[in-house]
Parts: sequence; structure tokens; C-alpha cells
Amino acid sequence: MTFLLALAAGALFAAGIYMILRRSLVKILVGLLLLGYAVNLLLFNSAVLVPGRPPLIPAGQTVPPEISADPLAQALILTAIVISFGVTAFVVVLIRQAYQVVGTDDLNEMRCTDIPCEDSELKDGKEGGA
Amino acid sequence: MTSFLLSLTGGLLAALAAPWLTRRFPKRSGWLLALAPLGILVSLMNLLPALRNGESPSVSLAWAESLGLSATFQLDGLGALLAALVAGIGALVLIYGGAYLSGHPNLTRFYVVVLLFMTAMLGLAVSANALLLFIFWELTSITSFLLIGFEHERPAARAAAWQALLVTGGGGLALLAGFILLGNLTGSYEIPQWIAQKEVIAASPQSTAAFLLILAGAMTKSAQFPFHFWLPNAMEAPTPVSAYLHSATMVKAGVFLLARLLPALGGLPAWQGLIPWIGLATLLTGALLSLGQADLKKLLAYTTVASLGALVMLLGINTPLSVKAAMVFLPAHALYKGALFLVAGGVDHAVHTRDIRDLGGLGRAMPLTAAAAGLAALSMAGIPPFFGFIAKEVVYESALGAPALAAWVTALTILANIILAAAAGWVALAPFWEKARKDLHPHEGGAGLWLPPLILAALGLVSGLLPELAAKNWIAPAVSSVLGKPYEVKLSLWHGLNLPLLFSLITLLAAVLLYTLRVAARSADADAWQHLARFGPAAMYARGLKGLLSFAALQTRLLQSGYLRVYVLFITLFTVGMALPPALLSMRALPPAVWTGVRFYDVILVLIIVTAAFFVVRATSRLATIALLGAIGFSIAILFLLYSAPDLAMTQFAVETLTVILFVLVIYRLPKFSRLSSRPARLRDILIAGLGGLMMTLLMLVVSYHGQDSRLASFFMENSLPKAYGRNVVNVILVDFRGFDTLGEITVLAIAAVGVFALVRGAAKRKGERHE
Repeated sequence: MTFLLALAAGALFAAGIYMILRRSLVKILVGLLLLGYAVNLLLFNSAVLVPGRPPLIPAGQTVPPEISADPLAQALILTAIVISFGVTAFVVVLIRQAYQVVGTDDLNEMRCTDIPCEDSELKDGKEGGA
Repeated sequence: MTSFLLSLTGGLLAALAAPWLTRRFPKRSGWLLALAPLGILVSLMNLLPALRNGESPSVSLAWAESLGLSATFQLDGLGALLAALVAGIGALVLIYGGAYLSGHPNLTRFYVVVLLFMTAMLGLAVSANALLLFIFWELTSITSFLLIGFEHERPAARAAAWQALLVTGGGGLALLAGFILLGNLTGSYEIPQWIAQKEVIAASPQSTAAFLLILAGAMTKSAQFPFHFWLPNAMEAPTPVSAYLHSATMVKAGVFLLARLLPALGGLPAWQGLIPWIGLATLLTGALLSLGQADLKKLLAYTTVASLGALVMLLGINTPLSVKAAMVFLPAHALYKGALFLVAGGVDHAVHTRDIRDLGGLGRAMPLTAAAAGLAALSMAGIPPFFGFIAKEVVYESALGAPALAAWVTALTILANIILAAAAGWVALAPFWEKARKDLHPHEGGAGLWLPPLILAALGLVSGLLPELAAKNWIAPAVSSVLGKPYEVKLSLWHGLNLPLLFSLITLLAAVLLYTLRVAARSADADAWQHLARFGPAAMYARGLKGLLSFAALQTRLLQSGYLRVYVLFITLFTVGMALPPALLSMRALPPAVWTGVRFYDVILVLIIVTAAFFVVRATSRLATIALLGAIGFSIAILFLLYSAPDLAMTQFAVETLTVILFVLVIYRLPKFSRLSSRPARLRDILIAGLGGLMMTLLMLVVSYHGQDSRLASFFMENSLPKAYGRNVVNVILVDFRGFDTLGEITVLAIAAVGVFALVRGAAKRKGERHE
């Protein structure tokens, strides 16, 4: 199963990297989400996979059963899920906003911080990049 | 010793008091501040009897004990000689600087930086720990940078300061590397330890590398060929700075370092094989370049380069006699060259030019400055009964005793000395006693301008007349500490009729001849160097710097494009390049994959994920994208559920639902998907993304074979109930064991929420404005 999970995570990484290399802002957002999934799987796979034995302490006991899943990896993933949701929410609104203001979602067209984008600034931007 | 160390803080206190003093006593501030170095000098004198007896008092302060480091200060004869020069000339330079820069808006800055420099230099003189020494070494480079760039409005001053910093700073890095090599070799950074373990050092093959690195540091600091070019450029500094840092003290730091490490490294074959030739090359380069200079200060700077070369050569020859000669020549040079620089500054101050071709007839109007110049020049030219004469005699004597090619060394030294002696005349005689070519209206400055050079020059005469006094108190302890054994130094004006005396006579006669031919010699020399300058190290430096800058520009253009995808591209490619080959290599060593515990619904879920990932990349519809992302998210949630992570599964379900809702809410305000990249770009990205995915898969597999048993997990399992009173271990970790982590996470979410709110509200507001 470790192998299958690694395969799935690899596919997600590949898709995520590809999408984040796009010029369109929305695709970059999709890339970000895919990378988030991939990282969660990576973390999950770094601990031993144990089916059906969550790290819970049964009533009357002081420790979980001898064989149970690694709680630390789960705690880390829980944090990661929530944080990536925060990031997603922010980025979605940011993209929407940027699109409405700038009128494009092509990164190559976004060359200046001021609206409307002056020609001189465009030139400056090119020089700065060059 | 402790009291001496405490007195060193006097320089820092004076630096603190300088702004107030300058405001309160604008005319007398230099004299008052000079009290600090004078106090240090007195405190040093108190230790002289102990040093004469061969003691070297030391104080060790705890620094970083866990690293075995302690700040060890030790005063020996060598350190005392340098410290005396630094403090004594420092006092005079403060007095002189107060008069020279009187009324200058940045006079305070001059005082503060000079005092800081002085303290750093004194610290260098008494450091017995190599790392401590390095820190002081770098501090002198930095203060030198600040002082060369003192008149920072002028581009030339800035360029010179920059050049000096780059050259000496680069050497400083090499020095540090050399120190670290020696430190690893001997297990200690205490210089006395290095001396004690000199056999260990000599036996190790690393020692030559360490030696070369340290030598590079000493060469850049002491302006040795081919790094000599920064020193003449450093003449952009105000003259008191040139006299103090770039002639009398700081540039001697490299010489001092060589002397300091001579007992530890002097036995290496490279020492005697390399250093004398570097010194000799510098001596000749400096002397020959000085011929063609018309600017008083530049002329003096090149003669300083030559003298530094002579000092390095003497230490490189490494016989007791040559070490003695170096220790005699070092103070002799500091005295007369310091005086001559101050004289040059006085002339500049009086008539606002330093061009030798214009100067003349100043002697009548500036008798005291002329006297100082004359005394110093006689010492520089090596005329009895000045100290410079004694120094030159012992230099010749040591050159004759050089281990290899003694005849050549001696002949070239004589040649250089002829030029230097003639240069002394150009600096000290011509401007004062030649006929004036221009109406200069000279006038003698205040006591602050003529007294310091006069004192320095007079000291050169006094120590020449009473050589035993200097020998007993300063030279003998210094020589003994360099040689590591008591060494009796006898100095006298009359050595009897011998070869050095004959050489001295030849030098003088030839110098007089050269002096009379000076106008022709100067222009011929200047012409010759003009042609050679294109191939000189200064031109190399300029080319190297230009190359470095254009390389930096190129790689900035390449790496810092401002496009997200380029950054991601480079990061991915670099990581793949670094991680993929070792991952592949270690894959071979792993046992074959074990196909256990795979159930059919596992396979289905993974298939869903992989297929969805494939199609989401190709999707052109926004709705399809959301659906595919949801499929991936929910599949992962089910995987979590199957593999014992119910908390994760619940969170993932909730977040996934929220994400889908969020998307549906804003989806039609988002731009439509458009295909922007060209086909080759897409193919390139597919390749890179594929490599990245492959690398991650391999890494995960490699990791899964190693160390999946976490000690942390068992800690949390065991302590969850007894310590944190929780039965759900994952939750306990989040809210208790790693509670601060969660607090940070909540903060991030709060900030994101504020950001979303601000963006949405800002948009609404703008819309409202537009509607109005």
C-alpha cells in the first residue's frame, strides 16, 4: 500500500508542479491545491500505515493498543489541512480581486502595481526584469 | 596586564566622549582626546620591565567555554612594540587631525573612527587567540574603509575605500580559512599552542595550505605585490589617516602577523622559499613606481609599499639577524614615514597642493615643518646618526645572510634603497628649498600641525643617538618573542669598516646622483609605467571586478526574473538534480517492494486520485476542475478513514466541502480557463513536472524503508493520558503537547480571514464608489 500511496502522491506532485508552472492565475491556484493534497499524502505515508487502529486510548486503559497508527503524523497532517484551507481561501479571494482590478489573469500581463498601468511603468518593469 | 587591558577601553571611552568634546572645545579637542592613547602608552611602559625580563603577561577571559574558546590576551615584546607605535603615533595623529580637519563638519566622525581603529589595532597587538586576532584584524579593515571614504562625497574616495575593503576583506577571508585549518590541525586556537605544536604542524600536509591562506591575508593587508595597488589609492583618505593607518600602523598588521606566526610556521619550507621573494618583489615594485609620482602622498605611499616589502622580505629570510633587522626597521619606518606624511599634509594644508612640480620655496615660511621634514628624510635616506641608518645597516647585513641568492637579494635591496633615499630628498628637500615655481603664499600652521611630525622625526634622531636605549627596551623583547628565545640585541652607529657600510656609501652617492636627475627620471618612469599599467594587477582587479559584477547581473537576470514559474522551475530542477540520483542509487540497495495489505478498494481510491490528477491538468471547464479536485480530496479523506485516521478524515471532509462551496460561490467571477503557454513550453513543463513527481515517489519509497518507527510516537502514546488527560492522542498532541503550534496555526487562519475580509470589503467599497 505504501507503494500505491507513493504513486498517488507522485502523480499529484507532478500535476501540481505542472499547474503551478502555468501563466494563468487560476491554474496556479489549482496547482497549489494539488500540491497540498500531495504533501498530506507524503506525510501520511511517512508513518507506518495501520488499517483500522486509530491512536485512541480505550476506556480503562492508560495507553493505546500495542499496534496503532502514528499519532504524530496525523497531528501534522491535521495542521497542514487546515492551513492549506486558509491559504486557499485567501488566494481565491485575492485572485478574484486581482482579476477584477487588472482585467487579466495572465501573469505576463501583470507588470505593475498601480492601476491604470502607465506605459512608462511598463517600460520600467521591463528594464527591472532585464 | 589587567590594568593595561583596562586602559585599552580608554580608547573606546574617548570615542564615546569625542562628540561632546568636539562641541565643547572645538579648538582643543584633539589635544584632549590624545590623552587616551597617552594613558595607554604610560600603562604599557609600566609593563616594560617585565617584558625586558622575558615575561609575557597574559589574561584569559571566558568567551565561549562550551566551544573551548577563551579570549586570551597576551603582551609580549612584539605586541608591545606594535602597541607603543599605535598608541604613540595615535596620540600625535589625534592632535594633528584636530588641527588639520579643524572646522570640518565631520571632525567628530574622524575622531571616533580613528579611536575605534586604534583600539582594534591595540587589540590585535595583544591577542593570543587566533579568532580574537581575526576579529580585531577585520575591525581594522572596516575602520580603514570608513576612514578612506571619509570624504564620501567624492566618487574617487568611495571607490578607493571600496577597493581597499574588497582587497583586505578578501585576504581576511583567506586568513580565517587558514586559521581554521591550523585550529583543526592542533585542536586549539591559542597561538602559543600552535607554537608549542609546531612539529605537528610541520608534519601535516595541510600546513602548506594553511600557510598560503594566512600569507594571502598578510599580503593583502600589508599591500604586498601583487596586492599593492590598493594602498596608493587609499591616499584618498585625509592625510592624518594616511600617516596613521596606511603607513605607520595598519599596513604593518600583515608584517606583525607573519612575525607572530613565525615561531609556528617559520619551519615550513615554503616560508623561506616564498616570502623573501614576495617581499623583494614588493620592495622593487614600490621603489620603481615611486620614481614617477608627482603627488607627495602617492610618492610616499609607494615608498611605504617598498618598505613593507622590505619588512616582509626580512621576516621571510628568517635568520635571527633578519628578524632583528625587521624589528629595527619597523619602528624606524613608522617614525620617519609617519612624520613625512604629516609633513605632506601640512604642506597641503598651507598651500593647497601636493604636486611636487609646483612646490618650492616653503622652507622660509614654514621652518618648523621643514625641520621635521628634514629630520625625517635624513632618517629615511639612512644617514648617520639617525635611526634609519642603523636600520639600513642591519637590513644590508641580513640581505647578505639570505639563505638563497644572497648576492641578488643584496643588490636589488641596494637598488631599491637608492630610489627610496632619493625619494626622501624629493619629499623633504625639494618642496622646501627649491626655487618656487608658483606664487604659493605659504604660511606655517598651528602647533598641532608642526609639532607631531617634529616629535616623530626627533624620535628618529634620539633613538639613533641612543640606540642602546631602544635596543634594550623595545627591540630586544620583540626579537626575543619572535624567535621564541632570549636574544640580545646590540645596536650601534659604528659597526666598523665592513660591507654594509660600503653599501650605505654607495646608496647615498647614487641617491644624490638620482636626486639631481629627478625631473628626467620622474617623467621617464611615469611614461614607462603608463605603458605597463594595462597589464598591472590594478587593471586585473578592475577587470575581475567588472567580470564579477556582470556575472552577478547575468545570474540575477536568469534567476530573479520576477515570474513565479521561473522560480518554481529552477527550484524543481535543482531539487531533482540533487535528490533524484541518490534516490535512484539507494533504490537499488532496497529489498523488493512487498505487496501486502492491499485491498481492492485501496486500488480503486488510488486509481481515482491518479486519474483525477491526470484530467484536472487537461480540464478546460472550471466546473469540471472543481469536481475533479473534489474527487481527489474525498478519495484522500476515505484513505485517511481506512488507515486509522478518523480525525483527519473528518477534517478533510469538512474542508473539502467548504472548498467546493467557496469555489462554487466565486467560480463565475474567476476568469475562464485559457491556454496561454506555447506547445514547447507545455512540453518542457510536463517533463519537469514528471521528473518532480518521479523524484517525490522515489523519495517516499526510500523513506518508507528507513526508520518509520518514531520515538516521538511512543512518547505521545504513553504520556497522553497520564500527563494530558486525553484519550484521543492526535487531539492531545494538537491542543496540549504542541499547543503553541496550534496557536500559531490559529493565528495564520485569523490573518487569512482578515485578509479575505479586507479584500472583499475593499472590492465592495470600490464598487460603491464607482456606482456613485
